[in-house]
Amino acid sequence: MTNTHVDYQLSQLDQLEAESIHIFREVAAEFEKPVLMFSGGKDSIVMLRLAEKAFFPAKLPFPLLQVDTGLDFDEVLSTRDSWVERLGARLVVASVEDAIKAGHVVDDGKTSRNRQQIGALLAAIEENGFTAAFGGGRRDEEKARAKERVYSHRDDFGQWDPKMQRPELWSLYNGRIHSGEHMRIFPLSNWTELDIWHYIHREQIEIPSIYFAHEREVVERDGMLLSIGPEIQPKGNEQVEKKMVRFRTVGDRTQTGCVESEATDTAAIIDEIAIARVTERGATRGDDRFSEAAMEDRKKEGYF
Amino acid sequence: MASNDPHTAAQGEMDLLRFATAGSVDDGKSTLIGRLLLDSKSIFEDQLEAVESTSQSKGYDYTDLALLTDGLRSEREQGITIDVAYRYFATPNRKFIIADTPGHIQYTRNMVTGASTADLGLVLVDARQGLTEQSRRHAVLLSLLRVPHLVLAINKMDLVDWSEEVYEKIHREFTTFATKLNIPDLEVIPISALQGDNVVNRSENTPWYSGPTLMHHLEHVHVASDRDLVDTRFPVQYVIRPKSDQYHDFRGYAGQVAGGVLKKGDEVVVLPSGMTSTISRVELFDQEIAEAFPPMSVTVHLEDDVDVSRGDMIARPKNAPKPSQDIDAMICWMTNEPLKPRQKLAIKHTTRTGRAMVKDIQYRLDVNSLHRDQEAGELGLNEIGRVQLRTTVPLLCDPYAKNRTTGSFILIDEATGVTVGAGMINSGS
Repeated sequence: MTNTHVDYQLSQLDQLEAESIHIFREVAAEFEKPVLMFSGGKDSIVMLRLAEKAFFPAKLPFPLLQVDTGLDFDEVLSTRDSWVERLGARLVVASVEDAIKAGHVVDDGKTSRNRQQIGALLAAIEENGFTAAFGGGRRDEEKARAKERVYSHRDDFGQWDPKMQRPELWSLYNGRIHSGEHMRIFPLSNWTELDIWHYIHREQIEIPSIYFAHEREVVERDGMLLSIGPEIQPKGNEQVEKKMVRFRTVGDRTQTGCVESEATDTAAIIDEIAIARVTERGATRGDDRFSEAAMEDRKKEGYF
Repeated sequence: MASNDPHTAAQGEMDLLRFATAGSVDDGKSTLIGRLLLDSKSIFEDQLEAVESTSQSKGYDYTDLALLTDGLRSEREQGITIDVAYRYFATPNRKFIIADTPGHIQYTRNMVTGASTADLGLVLVDARQGLTEQSRRHAVLLSLLRVPHLVLAINKMDLVDWSEEVYEKIHREFTTFATKLNIPDLEVIPISALQGDNVVNRSENTPWYSGPTLMHHLEHVHVASDRDLVDTRFPVQYVIRPKSDQYHDFRGYAGQVAGGVLKKGDEVVVLPSGMTSTISRVELFDQEIAEAFPPMSVTVHLEDDVDVSRGDMIARPKNAPKPSQDIDAMICWMTNEPLKPRQKLAIKHTTRTGRAMVKDIQYRLDVNSLHRDQEAGELGLNEIGRVQLRTTVPLLCDPYAKNRTTGSFILIDEATGVTVGAGMINSGS
């Protein structure tokens, strides 16, 4: 039996964990058809771990939904498969390719796959009749997220209206929706990037290997280090270099840059973040850099 | 790296303080929050560069830290804050969650929301103005929401030449006013958010002030004893039944502890049925644990096969809330259409949902003068009043003053599904 906390104190990680588990159970109890949006990134893996804890020893009472951009890192997909197998979870894959073929998404050759995910995601939610979709968003990520609710109401078009948000008091969540609408649920709202890493470290959670430093051929473009691969090849006088790098976020591989790093384990990553002076999105996500309000615009359209 | 850096792996476990800030743009609230984030190194270079360039392009003499917290583009365009925003920072021993509430627009609705989860309320006043109607109102709301700790930060002390006299006058005035409120713990701190005096570093300009800096107080204020560890309250949220071969007979009651301590061997009563049993096991994930206490989310097993479902509550036979359908509560109304007698709404209390009818609106509280208007008859947007409700299901409730979880509820408009009211229970019968 685990020892009692003599002083009845809970650390911030224990309190955040308790709050997130509460949210998972509340949604499972009140919504007809929830789904967990799983990107394979560290935040969605922490979500999955918390969901596992919330319903243990029962299996997850909802499936996972992954939007396959066709440009996901192999390491991310293999970690996904390992989690799905261990939990015996059901996985629904919504493919951007299929959404383009079905006409839900228009590929104009300019829009990034991360942005095209919106159409594929909304189509999958509608087709499957999901009424609540868990997302790994955190309020510390970006200014537009700071005002997001834990339960974020979306209309028939999957849109978020920041001026029409419901007040959210105590731990009393209001899950009322009309037919055709759905709710985005953010169980990690109050976690920071550092909390996530401390938790991964404490719980020894399996995450994709590309989060840790490894040798990789990269090219520097627009101030970002991009990994050489089928889509990324040196242009003009760009130099291909072999560097020790790691990824701070794992999105579409044509848009996600890596950073030089020697951090090969979670403790080293935490130390590295301590002296990192640039936000994780600002450093390595091309899609957030176009305008200061980029995230706000995508959220209104129904982005994660 | 210094060992007292909050961000090392070894420092992963710290405690948590949630606080709500109140004040208007003019009081320097955004500047203060920007200062706390900056001085605790929670601001990154790209964020700082963005506000520095914006400040320059607007022709300001200094970097406007307030820009760090102006989130939505529509707000930046209008130069106002329209909603509660949550911010995060950490020092070596504590993580902080700030519920940042706007001062002007929809202040009551937003402040009540922000204060509902806060351990501490931070009210800002401009030293040149002294206490205003708005700062009194903020204190009233924090008191009504039973936020146990209050800090009155007297800002812009640099603009009154660091006058001890000014500080003492505002301090006295506030203490006198606060005697009418429920404020168990008060700290009054003279600061300059713009220059950083007494925010993180002790100011040389206030030799007459011997109290803590704001950051020191936030880091050390004792919040653990604010929880109720005596009166056992466990609202059942979800029944876990794996229905698998391995866990064939597993039946666990999952929920978040709202009060008291639960442990194996405790005699318990299940409400509203009144059936009694004994706790046979308390679990957190795959571990059996010795005790569960607030705010842990755990799974409880009972010795007997009693009927327990979501919405029920596990308490102690000699210490249990009385199931009540007649509820006397303070309600904060949050929508344009006023609350009127005979109105019917959905009510959510702990994990229980039912319907409620307004029997009577006893009075409307003027949050500036504390005057009770018994002729009001209805409650408009952002108004607070004492209301009698009749519910379709019995609520397993405590007075809000005793337990903020089992004493609170929300009201939902059944047609729109929108949250329209927040309630704090005085008593139930």
